[in-house]
Amino acid sequence: MSLQSPLGKALGHGSAKTGLDHWLAQRSTAIALVPLGLWFTVSLLLLPHGSHEFVVAWVAEPLNAILLILLVIALVYHSMVGLQVIVEDYVQGGLGYLTMITVQFVHILLVVAGIYSIIVISLGAGQ
Amino acid sequence: MAHSDRPLSPHLAIYRWKISNTLSIIHRMTGVALSFGALALVSWLLSILAGQGYYSLVNDLFDSFIGRFALFGWTFCFFYHLSNGIRHMCWDVGKGFDRLQAQQSGILVLAVALILTVGLWAIVLAG
Repeated sequence: MSLQSPLGKALGHGSAKTGLDHWLAQRSTAIALVPLGLWFTVSLLLLPHGSHEFVVAWVAEPLNAILLILLVIALVYHSMVGLQVIVEDYVQGGLGYLTMITVQFVHILLVVAGIYSIIVISLGAGQ
Repeated sequence: MAHSDRPLSPHLAIYRWKISNTLSIIHRMTGVALSFGALALVSWLLSILAGQGYYSLVNDLFDSFIGRFALFGWTFCFFYHLSNGIRHMCWDVGKGFDRLQAQQSGILVLAVALILTVGLWAIVLAG
């Protein structure tokens, strides 16, 4: 049996060099979401109410389509990383793993469905 | 699991509620709410893709009392999470850590979020 404390064991091994990825991704997506989120909020305000024809034309506008795809990617990634931190903090054990995998699956579904919709709306509008 | 009875961090039950930790937990709660906003965004995109009928249905849903209440909530969550996120960014680069500064920036964040939310909905309801 070793009398060395867990801290003593950990000291002297240096940093693990990795593990900062999620922390950094949370920040970089946050920075991207400042202009993208404000742009989308203002755009929603300016969209005329209820017209399907108009909203299709709006999504199909190349700049709007590109910004929407960027918004979906940044938003869904930021949401996933943020929820993962909360799950890590509050949900333990087997349920924690299950919740984590569910969070990941739902977010991957969201990003794929979002990008697919934007692209197909854009392609369909030109016909 | 071996450690399932360990206390969960952050320990919501034992801290005295101050402006700092209250704003911090609101940041998390608004983040979770905005994750559901991401779900709503993708549903909206899918409804545009699905055509006039589905789009009208989703549009009516957002236009109902509950829908408008949710949109109002997401507006506040967005502006709060945005301004408090910028506050966090300042902390990340080492600015504003002083206790008085942190309290003042916290009040500023709340004020900005409330003003922007009310301002945006004044435009919505007037227009």
